[in-house]
Amino acid sequence: MENLLTRHRNVTILVAVLFVEVVGLAVQVKRTADTDSTRLIRVWTVSAVTPFEKAFAAAQGSISGAWHNYFALRGVRAQNQKLQDEIEQLRLQQVRLAEDAGQARRLQRLLGFKEQFIARTLPAQVIGSSGSDMSRVVYIDKGEGDGVMQDMAVITADGVVGKILRVFAATSQVLLINDPSSGVGALLEKSRLQGVIKGTANGELVLEKMMSDERVQPGDQLQTSGGDQIFPKGLPIGTVKSVSPGRDVFLKITVKPAAQLNQLEEVLVITQVVERQPTAKEAQTSMRAADILAARLPSVPENTGIPATGVPLPVGVKPPGAKPTETKSAAKAITKSPARETIGLPGSTSAPAETHLAGEASKLPAGKPDAAVTSAPGVLPAAGAVGASAGSATRVKKPRPAKPVAGPAAQVNTGTTTQKPPEMPQPAVTGAGVAAPAPKAVGPEQKKAPVGTEQNPPNVPQAENPQP
Amino acid sequence: MNVSYTSREQIEVHRFSLPAAILIPLLALFLQAFLPLRLHFFEIFDLPLLVTIFLSVSRRNPVTGLLTGSIIGLLQDSLTHQPIGIYGIAKTVVGYGASSLGVKLDVENSGSRFLLVYGFYIVHQIIYLVVARGMVGQDLAWRWGHMAFAGLANAALAVPLFLILDRFKQRG
Repeated sequence: MENLLTRHRNVTILVAVLFVEVVGLAVQVKRTADTDSTRLIRVWTVSAVTPFEKAFAAAQGSISGAWHNYFALRGVRAQNQKLQDEIEQLRLQQVRLAEDAGQARRLQRLLGFKEQFIARTLPAQVIGSSGSDMSRVVYIDKGEGDGVMQDMAVITADGVVGKILRVFAATSQVLLINDPSSGVGALLEKSRLQGVIKGTANGELVLEKMMSDERVQPGDQLQTSGGDQIFPKGLPIGTVKSVSPGRDVFLKITVKPAAQLNQLEEVLVITQVVERQPTAKEAQTSMRAADILAARLPSVPENTGIPATGVPLPVGVKPPGAKPTETKSAAKAITKSPARETIGLPGSTSAPAETHLAGEASKLPAGKPDAAVTSAPGVLPAAGAVGASAGSATRVKKPRPAKPVAGPAAQVNTGTTTQKPPEMPQPAVTGAGVAAPAPKAVGPEQKKAPVGTEQNPPNVPQAENPQP
Repeated sequence: MNVSYTSREQIEVHRFSLPAAILIPLLALFLQAFLPLRLHFFEIFDLPLLVTIFLSVSRRNPVTGLLTGSIIGLLQDSLTHQPIGIYGIAKTVVGYGASSLGVKLDVENSGSRFLLVYGFYIVHQIIYLVVARGMVGQDLAWRWGHMAFAGLANAALAVPLFLILDRFKQRG
């Protein structure tokens, strides 16, 4: 026997090594995901590879930044003018949409709906991948030390990217949604049908569990349903690319992902999601994840005038470790509020909250346009907010007469004024920096404290206003 | 008579310095993890496999070859989210086979290298799929067309790559 092993030494060693590897593999398959028995070797490899990846990613970022910021700016002036025109059009559209959204939120609140709000996000850079088309994972440069934890959702401005699978000291492994082992609860935007988004071996996305008698058409938008308890509801997933009959009673639906999963550079990790009822105040100040991203990701042009929706930062959205640039973005969002810019627009069906201010501020003596704002109790002396109020007040030549009671805007308005003593006939500024007056006409309604104002939960975090 | 067949005495065994033996596989792993993010088509290549074949063929020692393939495969596994060992098993077999073949064949010219890499790529993929489907239970489809094309691409890349790596050889 010994002679046999010596004669076939190479084959014996091969069999022995293969046996050890097969046994090791079987043990891993047998164990549950909670007990990661291979963590040590993963940590070693990741620690050996990711520093180089970080260095290369940083170098590449510097080079591409220099190119985009200095050499690739030809034609920006014309593009800027075009975008300005587009912004004007979008502002008009925004006013109507904000009204609709506000009404929907109030109805949700009346019905006791609870929504998930993205409370905290962490920007991260993609530094590496698995290097295998059999395993669609990427590595980001944020890890345990940055507060990243397993099963956190990862998104971009375009849509859902994946979830955190493993966390290391300074890096994390993100499982992309187009991996075969991934799954995301999905919802068709128009028909509200629910299904599951899965990845395929080819790296495509398919929508599963959709019955063949359902009407699904190419071009339909998909968003997260929130049913997987990882991705908050309402994040864009992608667009239906093709629909064909499947093997069983289900349709075979391929989906084009909204996020560029093959060209990921910067992503956002959702580190905190809060679940609560939307407040009436948020009817005007809600913000989608894409808006937060647009304000925070470095790849998105910072000086676009307004964020995607053009609304102030929402109540409850508090970027971690807010930096001056983020504060600046927030200030911009506040000062460039479309509602301010469109004061007195003839197209709006109900007067926004700022309309009252416009009417009041326009009555102020010349040279003191911001007196109404700065004199109010609880005023947040944000320079941008004050300036914007003054500017908007001076722009309005024919302020509309206040419609104090009727309409949803009045509810919001009076809702904000209940934070100060009702008998003070001074205009107030809301927590979001939106100036709201206390005109005489709304006096009785203030005392009533309408629905949607008093019942604000005390634990609702307030928006951080930029300090001067 | 097969012209590529060489006797054991004619075979030239090469060695590699310790830094080269460590850094070449690590560099291959790093490039394999980094480049597909920027150049998506690079996903079709398998640099760790090419390095395994090159090191195994050059050393011409089956035990060293299978150990080289095993270590590189396990490291590659650890960068994925799958259980560690799928790439390890596949590359162990490839390392053993490449070094065993290197003992018997002249694998110094470009044509034989092309064929060698193409054949071992197919073997590698088949072993990977068998293990992944049979042991891990992954729902992977047999994509023969893709496999054949990827084999050609890897073989084409291997020819210039091996010429570069030849510079790190030392006579044993």
